[in-house]
Amino acid sequence: MFVTQAIAQEAAHGAAEVAHGAAESHGGGFPPFDSSTFASQLFWLALTFGFLYWFMSKVIVPRIGGILEMRQDRIAQDLDKAHELKAEADAAIAAYEQELAEAKASANEIGNKARDTAKSAAEAERQKVEKKLAEQLSEAEARIAQIRDKAMADVGSIAGETTEAIVSQLIGGSVTKAEIDKALKASEG
Amino acid sequence: MANDPIHQFQISKIIPIENVGGLDLSFTNVSLFMVVTVAVTSAFLYLTTANRGLVPGRLQSMSEMAYEFVASMLRDAAGTQGMRFFPLVFSLFMFVLIANLFGMFPYFFTVTSSIIVTFALAMLVIGTVVVYGFMKHGLKFLGLFVPEGVPGLLVPLVVMIEIISFLSRPISLSVRLFANMLAGHITLKVFAGFVTSLTAMGALGIGGAILPLAMTVALTGLEFLVAFLQAYVFAVLTCMYLNDALHPSH
Repeated sequence: MFVTQAIAQEAAHGAAEVAHGAAESHGGGFPPFDSSTFASQLFWLALTFGFLYWFMSKVIVPRIGGILEMRQDRIAQDLDKAHELKAEADAAIAAYEQELAEAKASANEIGNKARDTAKSAAEAERQKVEKKLAEQLSEAEARIAQIRDKAMADVGSIAGETTEAIVSQLIGGSVTKAEIDKALKASEG
Repeated sequence: MANDPIHQFQISKIIPIENVGGLDLSFTNVSLFMVVTVAVTSAFLYLTTANRGLVPGRLQSMSEMAYEFVASMLRDAAGTQGMRFFPLVFSLFMFVLIANLFGMFPYFFTVTSSIIVTFALAMLVIGTVVVYGFMKHGLKFLGLFVPEGVPGLLVPLVVMIEIISFLSRPISLSVRLFANMLAGHITLKVFAGFVTSLTAMGALGIGGAILPLAMTVALTGLEFLVAFLQAYVFAVLTCMYLNDALHPSH
C-alpha cells in the first residue's frame, strides 16, 4: 500500500520533473524533432554511412564472399578427389578379384593336371608290375611242372631199384632189370 | 535532472562547425556515435577476416554468419538478381544493428533514436528502389501499382491504395525503428529513475525499489532483443522493397 503510493507519488513527481526539465533545457522542443540539428545529422550520416557502404562494397563483401567461395570450391574439390580415389579403389578391388579368380582357376588346372599325370603314371607302373608278376608266375609254374615230371620219372626208376632190392632180399637170387620193368609195367597197366 | 528520460536524446555539439553555406554542420554526439558505429563495424569485419582462414575462428565465424544471414535474407526475398544490392543491405543491417547495440551502453547516444537518421536511411532504400526500378523497367515499373486479376471497376481504387501504401513505406520504415528505440530507452530510463527516487526515501523505499529494479533488468534484456529485431526487420523490409524494384509485376 505504502509502496504503491510511493511509486505513484514518485511517478507524478518524475513526470512533473520531466516536463519541467524538457521545458527548461530544450526550449520546449523534443530533441529528435529539433530541426536545427538535422543538417548536421544528415551531413555526418552521409559521410559515415557513405564510407561504410564504400568500405563494404570494396573490401568486406568481396573478401568474405571470396573466403566463402574458396571454402566451397575447396569442399567441392575435396569431394571430387574423394570420388576419384573411391573409383580408383573400386578398380583396384575389381582387378584384384579378377586376378584372384584367374589364379584360382590356374591353380585348379595345375592340380588337375598333376593329379592326372600321377594317376596315369601309377596305372602304368601297376600294369608293368602286374605283367612282371604274371610272367614270374607262369615261369614258376612251368618250372614246377618240369620238376614234377622229372620227379614222376624218378619215381619209376626208384620203384625199379626198390623192387630189385626187395626181390633179391626175399628170394635171394638176382632178377634182371628187364624182368622187373616188365613186371612194373604190368602192375601199372 | 539526472532522472529526465528525454535527456539521453539531447544533442550537444562537440566541435562546432557552424555556418557552412548557411548550414550548421557541427560535430555532435550523434556524429561521434555514427563515426564510432561505422569504425567498429568496419574494423570488426576487416580484422576478423584478415586471416582468410579456410577453417574460420570464432570471430571470423561471426563475420561470416552476419554475411550469410543477410545474403540468404536477400536471396530469399529478391532472388539472385537481388544480390547486386547486397553491399547496401549488409551496410544497412550492420549499421542499424551496431548503432542499436551501442545505444544499450549507459551514457551512449542511440543514433537510431533520431528520426532524421532513420528517415534518411529509409529514403535511401526507397530512393534506390525508385531509381533502379525506372532504370531497369522504364515506365513498366508503374505496373507495381496495378495488381493483376483486379476487376476493371476496382482498378482506380486499388491503384490509389497501392500508391498510398508505397508512399507510406519510408515513413513506416523509419518511424518503426525510431519509435522502437526511443520508446524502449525512455521506458528503461523511467523505470531506472523509479529505483533511484525510491531508494532516496529510506528503508521502505529501498524495499519498494526492488520491483522497478527487476523491471529494469527485464527491460534491458528485452531491449537487446529489440535492438537485433529492429535491425532484422529493417533489413528484411529493405529486401522486400528491392524485390519490387527487380520484379515490379507481382
